Amino acid sequence: MSRLTLLVGIAALICAPGVTRAQPPGATQPSAATGNAENGRQLFLAYSCWACHGYGAIGGTGPRLAPSRFATAAGLTMFVRNPPTMPPYSIQVLSDAQVADIWAYLQSLPRPAGAKDIPLLNQILMEK
Amino acid sequence: MARSRSRSVDRRTFLKSAVSGAAVVAAAPSVAGAEQAPRPTRPSAVVPSARALAPDVGAPLVPVSPRFIEQPGSDFMLDVVKSLKLEFVTANPGSSFEGLHESIVNYGGNTMPELLTCLHEESAVAMAHGFAKVDGKPIMVMLHGNVGLQHASMAIFNAYADRVPVFIIVGNHMDAAVRRGGVNWYHSATDMALMVRDFIKWDDEPASLGHFAESAVRAYKIAMTPPMAPVVMVVDVELQEQPRPAGTLRVPRLTMTSPPMGDAGAVREAARMLVNAEMPFIMAQRCARTPTGIALLVELAEALQAPVGAGGVDRGGSSVSDRMNFPSRHPLCGAGWAGYEPDVTLGLEVQDMSDAARSASARGGKSISISAEDLFLKSNYQDFQRMAEVDLAIAADAEATLPSLIEEVKRQLTPDRKRAAQARGAKLADAHRQARATDLETAATGWDASPISLARLSAELWAQIKNDDWSLVSWQNFISRWPYRMWNFEKHYQYLGGQGGGGMGYGAPAAVGAALANKKHGRLSINIQGDGDLNYAPGVLWTAVHHKIPLLTLVYNNRGYHAEVMLVQRVMSVRNRGADHAHIGTTLRDPFIDYAKMAQTYGMYAEGPTADPKDLAGAIARGLERVRRGEPALIDVITQPR
Repeated sequence: MSRLTLLVGIAALICAPGVTRAQPPGATQPSAATGNAENGRQLFLAYSCWACHGYGAIGGTGPRLAPSRFATAAGLTMFVRNPPTMPPYSIQVLSDAQVADIWAYLQSLPRPAGAKDIPLLNQILMEK
Repeated sequence: MARSRSRSVDRRTFLKSAVSGAAVVAAAPSVAGAEQAPRPTRPSAVVPSARALAPDVGAPLVPVSPRFIEQPGSDFMLDVVKSLKLEFVTANPGSSFEGLHESIVNYGGNTMPELLTCLHEESAVAMAHGFAKVDGKPIMVMLHGNVGLQHASMAIFNAYADRVPVFIIVGNHMDAAVRRGGVNWYHSATDMALMVRDFIKWDDEPASLGHFAESAVRAYKIAMTPPMAPVVMVVDVELQEQPRPAGTLRVPRLTMTSPPMGDAGAVREAARMLVNAEMPFIMAQRCARTPTGIALLVELAEALQAPVGAGGVDRGGSSVSDRMNFPSRHPLCGAGWAGYEPDVTLGLEVQDMSDAARSASARGGKSISISAEDLFLKSNYQDFQRMAEVDLAIAADAEATLPSLIEEVKRQLTPDRKRAAQARGAKLADAHRQARATDLETAATGWDASPISLARLSAELWAQIKNDDWSLVSWQNFISRWPYRMWNFEKHYQYLGGQGGGGMGYGAPAAVGAALANKKHGRLSINIQGDGDLNYAPGVLWTAVHHKIPLLTLVYNNRGYHAEVMLVQRVMSVRNRGADHAHIGTTLRDPFIDYAKMAQTYGMYAEGPTADPKDLAGAIARGLERVRRGEPALIDVITQPR
């Protein structure tokens, strides 16, 4: 039996809003990397990033990450090392190069369409 | 009902000679038949006539078997049950209630209640749980002694935690002197209800039929008085099977208890606080027990121009609750605009007010609770939640208290306060429009993704059901509440909430039970069903087919126990051990489970797995075609996690 209330609460805690936050000013930047998108896709699946952020990073319990909200791989690296709410990933678990690969994967994802461009959603929007 | 013309026989006498009697019966279809039979060619196969046996048995046999029982006690028990107008009884068969079983089918003509065949006791109770949330009334469940009750206990706990009435009868072999040896001893208990007493509202084990009548009517009345909860009647096998005693037995008259209303002074004070608030917030959870409850909540919200949600503003202001309380497209639905910090929060049947109370206090605000929970507490299971430090606690049923609260609010609203409320209402309506637009923009993300997004699934479904009289009979919290964010929820049966106690295995059977209640109204029942939940007791799919219960089930198949995937991942991360093993023990892979085949095995129309969003509309249309013809159908959809 699941402890649903607890789970929902914790899931929200793990995955919610932190990704949108800016990196701390003046922090030491990890080495710049452009990353390998295909390797990043495999890491995104293997390290359960999809669990909160959805397959294809479309969002779920956690926020949408497609395309990445971080302008640089270094920004994402800084964030995952000590995020405010989601689980932290140390360099022993995910190297800077691996995080850069994940960043490259997120950058490669297509920008989503707007609701008004999707007839079914537009129709719902028009309903009273 | 056909009845024997013979006298009845005492059961104890019968049981003492059961073995020898059984041998005679096996050899003798009927004495009368033997007398009319043609002369045998093989004497060894012929039953001797009564005359031929006389030298051996010493006396002529009675011409009709003395084993026949006239007017068994269970017939009277059924008379009592019928007086409660219980429409259905769900059961997985068990020998400890076979007397009542027989009475229902034959003496009662299998109607009011009609017996439904369940493949697991947990499903039997969960079906009753779902039924009651649509119908507002319980149905009956029959459970086998010990083992049936143990199977059912998870579902009983869910119904208890969800404050839903279920009328449960459990068989028991009370009298050890006549209890047959072997397995019946495993199915007997000195205090049968003990194992569930912590999570039911009342139980009894009557010693006589008169006692049964009084306790059954009392049990129904207790179950239906808010806060509602399951009740258990333990019924002795002998009491069911022995003839009813001579003399008058009567069925007591049922008079329902009116639900408790809030104290007039406290209600007046609550109204004063709300009317004078600048940012009031109404937090409604198990508030609307009836369709009237929704209308009353709308009236209160509109009088105050206060937003209505299910969770605290500080916790995201979730608008969907464990009951259908408030129309999803009402301008006051939601948590208010960004930065809306309530100075007065009104909780209506909120299970956990502690966060809202603490947040209100931290802001210098106030909180009010109206809940019948304060009148019903038990010690062991911790469903009473954290101590809520509210400023005003009214121990009363919220729905019953709303009329007097509305009257007080309207009486205390001065022209100035009305103007302030109207100004607030305009801003809230704007915030509601913006929130809806934001939701739909979010839904656009991953629109063409495979696995299919839950937003896409909900939108495709809505497009095909919105002109029907529909009812969503499943929980939404694991699918990011997409239906409530997109669909137009207005009526009490359009949303029923979740398990109550957080026990998995509720979803499928509760959906079937709710669909059963919807069936007589011709409503279209929709179940968006988790794959993990379905695997607990999938046999309920057969029950839906067998009893022709129309229900469209869309399995949102994320191929795992997804909450646990996230939790295990979190633990791995904070221990700095990686997160690449979070799938172990949490996912359903190698092999994938084919839910369409599973449903087809139970005789249900099914399709899938469907992973391409372009195929989804067609699959839904074909499923709905079956459901609109009165059948259940299932579509297996490979989805995003949430």
